Amino acid sequence: MADIDVKVSSWKLVEVGRLVLIRSGPFEGKLAAIVEIVDHRRVLVDGPSTEEQKIVPRHVLPLAHATLTHFTIPQLPRAAGTGPVKKLWAKNEIDGKWAKSSFAQRSERSDRRKNLSDFERFKVLRLRKQARYEVQKSHAKARAANKS
Amino acid sequence: MADGFPGRLTEYQVIGRHLPNEANPTPKLYRMRIFAPNTVVAKSRFWYFMAQLRKLKKANGEIVSLNVIEEKRPLKVKNFGVWIRYDSRSGTHNMYKEFREMSRTDAVEALYQDMAARHRSRFGSIHILKVVEIENNDSIRRPYIKQLLQKDLKFPLPHRAGGKVGKKVFAYSRPSTFA
Repeated sequence: MADIDVKVSSWKLVEVGRLVLIRSGPFEGKLAAIVEIVDHRRVLVDGPSTEEQKIVPRHVLPLAHATLTHFTIPQLPRAAGTGPVKKLWAKNEIDGKWAKSSFAQRSERSDRRKNLSDFERFKVLRLRKQARYEVQKSHAKARAANKS
Repeated sequence: MADGFPGRLTEYQVIGRHLPNEANPTPKLYRMRIFAPNTVVAKSRFWYFMAQLRKLKKANGEIVSLNVIEEKRPLKVKNFGVWIRYDSRSGTHNMYKEFREMSRTDAVEALYQDMAARHRSRFGSIHILKVVEIENNDSIRRPYIKQLLQKDLKFPLPHRAGGKVGKKVFAYSRPSTFA
């Protein structure tokens, strides 16, 4: 019999210190850390981000309105106050890590695209055409080289 | 709402007494903590309970003061024990329930929802006898609260439906429910 390698799937867990992305409500799109678990449907979150407009005040968040992220603040004590959370948040460079994640980059790009003016949209169109032209040119060259 | 859940509750401190007369110029004060959606209901409930406990009713009494009791630490998760007495369709029962909430009013709101769900009981048929914050985790009695107090509690969210954004009536592939 062939050896079957069964791997345990690594779930993102609801736990103290886990960072969640808020998906609805007044703090939609912002990041917060789980400070304490209220019950199986709700958690207490706090998001003392270093950037002013990304701060999430401490409140109870239903897990239905949250998406778990891969990031955690390790060794965050249970029910830590906003001060210690802020300190650990800065120490773990959460904002920087999050900005580098593909989700954050994608959402930032789509936000920027959404807010372009008509002329800027036209410029994007022209630039994309130019880029495409270059790609096709080099592609055609490679094809021609292969044939001969 | 006539007989349904009354909406968001507030905790009131109501103090009332018998009307002063010649026989007793300084009647005894009675104080109650009452959970009610507004001051009108709070005063009404005060007289309802008062008449049951003492020979004192609205016609021969007065409300001395009525104020709101605010939660001291509304950003802390607490465990509450609630003692109630409720009239079911067949009799009167005493009950003890535990809730894990942020405030006393949240716990009482959860209690009314729970009693409505499990026993179809209305606001009018429930008397809240006592609401106590349980500070010592060892004195938690109910397993449904005990399970939330274990050390390093963690759990996955294994089966989740995606958001409604951009959702069509028909999908060409089954949705992924994990991650």
